[in-house]
Amino acid sequence: MDQFTLNLIVVGATFALYIGIAIWARAGTTADYYAASRGINPVVNGAATAADWMSAASFISMAGLIAFVGYDNSTFLMGWTGGYVLLALLLAPYLRKFGRFTVPEFIGDRFYSTTARIVAVVCLLVISITYVIGQMTGAGVAFSRFLEVQNTTGLLIASTVVFIYAVLGGMKGITYTQLAQYCVLITAYTIPAVFISLQLTGNPVPPLGLFSTHAESGLPLLTKLDQVLTELGFHDYTGHHGSTLNMVLFTMSLMVGTAGLPHVIIRFFTVPRVADARRSAGWALVFIALLYLTAPAVGAMAKLNIITTIYPDGTAAEPIRYDDKPDWMLNWEQTGLLAFEDKNEDGRLQYYNDTSEEFASVAEARGWEGNEIVTFNRDILVLANPEIAQLPGWVLALIAAGGLAAALSTAAGLLLAISSAISHDLLKSVFMPKITDRQELMAARVSMGFAIVLATYLGMNPPGFAAQVVALAFGLAAATLFPALMMGIFSKKMNTQGAVAGMLVGLIATLLYIFTYLGWFFIPGTNMLPNEPGYWLFGISPLSFGAVGAILNFAAAIVVMKLTAPPPERIQELVESIRVPRGASGAIDH
Amino acid sequence: MSLDRSAAAYWKANIRVISICLVIWALVSIGFGIVLRPLLAMLPITIGGTDLGFWFAQQGSILTFIALIFYYTWYMNRLDREFGVDEQE
Repeated sequence: MDQFTLNLIVVGATFALYIGIAIWARAGTTADYYAASRGINPVVNGAATAADWMSAASFISMAGLIAFVGYDNSTFLMGWTGGYVLLALLLAPYLRKFGRFTVPEFIGDRFYSTTARIVAVVCLLVISITYVIGQMTGAGVAFSRFLEVQNTTGLLIASTVVFIYAVLGGMKGITYTQLAQYCVLITAYTIPAVFISLQLTGNPVPPLGLFSTHAESGLPLLTKLDQVLTELGFHDYTGHHGSTLNMVLFTMSLMVGTAGLPHVIIRFFTVPRVADARRSAGWALVFIALLYLTAPAVGAMAKLNIITTIYPDGTAAEPIRYDDKPDWMLNWEQTGLLAFEDKNEDGRLQYYNDTSEEFASVAEARGWEGNEIVTFNRDILVLANPEIAQLPGWVLALIAAGGLAAALSTAAGLLLAISSAISHDLLKSVFMPKITDRQELMAARVSMGFAIVLATYLGMNPPGFAAQVVALAFGLAAATLFPALMMGIFSKKMNTQGAVAGMLVGLIATLLYIFTYLGWFFIPGTNMLPNEPGYWLFGISPLSFGAVGAILNFAAAIVVMKLTAPPPERIQELVESIRVPRGASGAIDH
Repeated sequence: MSLDRSAAAYWKANIRVISICLVIWALVSIGFGIVLRPLLAMLPITIGGTDLGFWFAQQGSILTFIALIFYYTWYMNRLDREFGVDEQE
């Protein structure tokens, strides 16, 4: 059986499973549709949250993202996990106690204002729509790579599958499919990782392997990696090379942004009790950590393995001949993710840092005329692993299913956040308050349909800023929703005026800062200052600005609160009541 | 635990444990993982051929985060019962 048929069978089987689950778990009421009737076991919710959270980018690109930069990109590891501590301690239990369906609903009720609710809906839509574009494009790419179809065809297949289970099952269907998707993606990620770790270090646990001895050289793995990289003119792997301030702010922006993402927050509305919301955040992080502890190990090992394959007798000796390249390099060359060019026509493959001035003399002395891996896509470190470790074809098919599971689960979670904001926060509360539960359920399904069509359209015609959108989503979530939610719980005196002023200041400041360097609405050429460290305010990168936006939000809210009337007595009582678990409405039976 | 069973005392105890957890949260990530890494590197401890700060940035912080959440969950469940504000079955 060839690889394509195998991919098709494994991916097809997982899709059949997702659709089967959706039919079994279809939603009958709005409580089902928005919050799975609050009947989800906290451990199950943890796994669903992990799948919701980990996108195609986490699955396919994370290892490479870290391996190609080294220590400095640890920001992603800390940032994307640290947010769960904020969620568990500062938001999830209280929002669960409040017991409603959406994030804007909490903001509207707590700040007793439809204006505040609408501002929150706007922030939510900007955050989630920008985020979903990346997911849809990711799903399209994953499909085209594994199933040899056009990007557009891949995107349409992905949309159709999500459409079926999200429209039918709502939160309930999405939760159980996410559970299945988590199992698929973590298995797919772990198997090749265990084998590459065994091969390089003899240790079957990749995170332990990262800090153990490289079997071939007898040196610690990271020492060996530092050594070969510096010998080829690259930065050492474990060293710190960028700006410390940016590293701190970027990590903070990712942490605070994670805690403010609506599609993550609403997952905690699905558990039966307040205590479960706390516990569930812990389980979510356990499930996320299984991948996030493995990814840097896979990245470092795959990188080292590729270099030692190219330089089998050490970096001081001659690299391999083109004719002796391993098969997996030939296979991935066909996809365009790897490309080679024999620049000095010596029939050997030189891989080194040809942009390093210090290394130029060494390269010249050795007769090298440029780095000959002209394309080295970072996704290779995950995608080629099964072949590097010489695993059977079904493992690669599993990777395909895992990558697609990661993309679909995140897209579905985002689409639910978008559609419930439209049907519940706009239609039901502002425009048509009289509709019945059944009509609202229908409205929720229709908005989901529209959201999918919109996301598919945007995925096919990404507005030219797909690469920046995720950073934008995190920055905005950090600068708008997180501070408003936190102050709504921890400050009894915070009033409408303060919360609205804070959200608007955070939103506008962050957008302005990003647009200044990346162009108005990301249109190339419209940026007012070059996007280079020399021009950044205090050296802060636009990607790290979310943390600053959050501080501005807090500051503006507190100043305006001091100048305006305090919230009414009943709101202060509401805050008192959400601070204690007792009295939370439990799972809904019907 | 004092005899004060009021909502204010419950909230004060909660804020206290949250503050402690968040100090540790920032210390292991922003602290040990980034800003204090050069200081940690002066300790005579190496792990897998590199310094402790690198380990905190790639693994130690994440493991500490997990421990923090479960500790907080355990602590709050106990606190909820002590103050009689837990959810009854």
